[in-house]
Amino acid sequence: MSKHPKLMDWEEKILQKSLERFPERQPQFTNHGGSEIPRLAVPVEIDDAYLHDLGFPGSYPYTRGVQPTMYRGKLWTMRQYAGFSTAAESNQRYRFLLDQGTTGLSVAFDLPTQIGYDSDHPMAAGEVGKVGVAIDSLADMEILFDQIPLDKVSTSMTINAPSAILLAMYVAVAEKQGVPSAKIQGTIQNDILKEYVARGTYIFPPRPSLRLITDIFQWCATETPGFNTISISGYHIREAGSTAAQEMAFTLANGCAYVQAALDVGLDVDLFARRLSFFFNASSDLLEEVAKFRAARRLWARIMKERFHARHPASLMLRFHTQTAGSSLTAQQIDNNIVRVTLQALAAVLGGTQSLHTNSRDEALSLPTEDSVRTALRTQQIIAHESGVADTVDPLAGSYFIEAATDRIEAEAMALIAKIDQAGGVVSCIEDGFIQRQIENSAYAFQRQVENGERVVVGVNRFQTDEEASPPLLRLDPAVETDQVSRLKAVRAKRDQSTVDSTLRILGAAAAGKTNLMPIILEAVKSYATLGEICQVLRNNFGEYRDRGHL
Amino acid sequence: MTTDTTHKNRVLIGKAGLDGHDRGAKVIARALRDHGFEVIYTGIRRTPEEIAAAAIQEDVAAVGLSSLSGAHLRLFPAVVEALRQAGASDIPVLGGGVIPREDVPLLIEAGITEIFTPGTSVATIVKAFTEACATHRSGRTL
Repeated sequence: MSKHPKLMDWEEKILQKSLERFPERQPQFTNHGGSEIPRLAVPVEIDDAYLHDLGFPGSYPYTRGVQPTMYRGKLWTMRQYAGFSTAAESNQRYRFLLDQGTTGLSVAFDLPTQIGYDSDHPMAAGEVGKVGVAIDSLADMEILFDQIPLDKVSTSMTINAPSAILLAMYVAVAEKQGVPSAKIQGTIQNDILKEYVARGTYIFPPRPSLRLITDIFQWCATETPGFNTISISGYHIREAGSTAAQEMAFTLANGCAYVQAALDVGLDVDLFARRLSFFFNASSDLLEEVAKFRAARRLWARIMKERFHARHPASLMLRFHTQTAGSSLTAQQIDNNIVRVTLQALAAVLGGTQSLHTNSRDEALSLPTEDSVRTALRTQQIIAHESGVADTVDPLAGSYFIEAATDRIEAEAMALIAKIDQAGGVVSCIEDGFIQRQIENSAYAFQRQVENGERVVVGVNRFQTDEEASPPLLRLDPAVETDQVSRLKAVRAKRDQSTVDSTLRILGAAAAGKTNLMPIILEAVKSYATLGEICQVLRNNFGEYRDRGHL
Repeated sequence: MTTDTTHKNRVLIGKAGLDGHDRGAKVIARALRDHGFEVIYTGIRRTPEEIAAAAIQEDVAAVGLSSLSGAHLRLFPAVVEALRQAGASDIPVLGGGVIPREDVPLLIEAGITEIFTPGTSVATIVKAFTEACATHRSGRTL
């Protein structure tokens, strides 16, 4: 049988071009027996349904992946989320991870930083350096990336409400290293909408928060073309208890809200859409997760094309980071978590993720130790180099089960997105608690199934053992908070206060108007204005959001 | 205030500090409600003082705290202290979350009635709240 003309077309126009630009990792991929592993398995007979729903990798609707050769060209980025205590200690951990073969950094900030409080704010008490690194000013950021070349490493920053400030600090540090902003690579999470429903690190109400986000889209399009301006995140929605389909639906609905907000301020969709990225959860339900990732790619491509009329292929591609499911980890028999993480990581890779964080076995107990982090990274390396799944593209395509599940999840998500649209969009659905209630209902239903034994959690409600001692855990030095506060005081004493005051005044005036705030925030961080000071100016202008605590 | 006005099964579930992980708090709140408790949930990001004030204002028989950010050693005792300062040291405080086992005795020492670590069944937690409420009632009738 001769090759289908569309396949030949893809090989000539898309695959060939990609191979020229990005040669594959090996000249040939073979199994132990010497048989060649095909790059892409396709049906014997390619029909219209196949072309419509699956197509070829690197081409619309991207069901089979965003790159023509996927991991044969380049493995996913192994990006371990890390950060704790002080900038100096986190810097040590990053350099350890880079030495161990991690290929991108992912910065965890402590809660005061994420919520825009300096380390000496009363609300920060007890939280400084706990779940991430404390960053009060540019001085901390300089220490955090000391001896890490920002033109070589890509950095993802889990920062949302104050993301403009942390991005500005990153740009300023790069500049000091002699790296122009056009050369830096990375991602800011910058996804405020999911904070209101799942993660909780909001500062301002939704509407001014969206203005900050569109300011970032606009500024970055010219100043930091290599930076992903947002990571639209289902991860936390899933951790809060949603189903896979809800995770996908609420995430893509949030994505639509960001795109619409940017269009509303007059940005061209093809200018900013290529820098949108996504972040999903991978749970242990391997096949459901693979289907979810594939469905998400297809649905987003269709939304961008049909709803938002994007034309550039890069605007249609859903590129995503994945983290394994933290809430699936158990405090009992913690070595079992390594197996859970393996299944979850495998799901992410079979689903075509662009980057991956694997959780550590001890994270149901505390932040991970260095040993546990190493095992988590090794898990990815084993999947990459030993399992063989990275040697062919979208290997589960064509499985009756996987394709049916992909269709089902896509249909469920479309129905939910339509419901949100009818109810006036995501912001209205957040304000009236619709999305929160959906997630809570799913979380409660799951817990009831665990309670009554319908759902087995190994080591928790079945197959328990008596465990004596706890494993060695990472303990943080309680002096971190006082050390950080004294460093902050030293920065405040050393800087030129009149420059700080004037940049903050300009920021206040600009926040009240419509000017893009990014250049002004960049000037403010360079003057060593602190994160808390900058956020306070914005709080005064934008107001604060408060959780109503409805059940 | 007399025991007559104290709702026998009214409890407050609180999230102190900056931690936004509220899945556990909400699941426990709903489970308690399903078991006949009247539950007030504070929402996230409350100060210890706000939680104590809400507990007193709502006249609850017990307070449940949840923390997954590692700040429990500071925040749980701070709630106990805030209740004491407000003259409500008779309201028992229970807590749960990502809490290493060796921290449990420190928290008990600081006046927390009971600590639930990951994997604790809802049934265990409901039972503990039932007992805490009963102790609170009997304490008040003395």
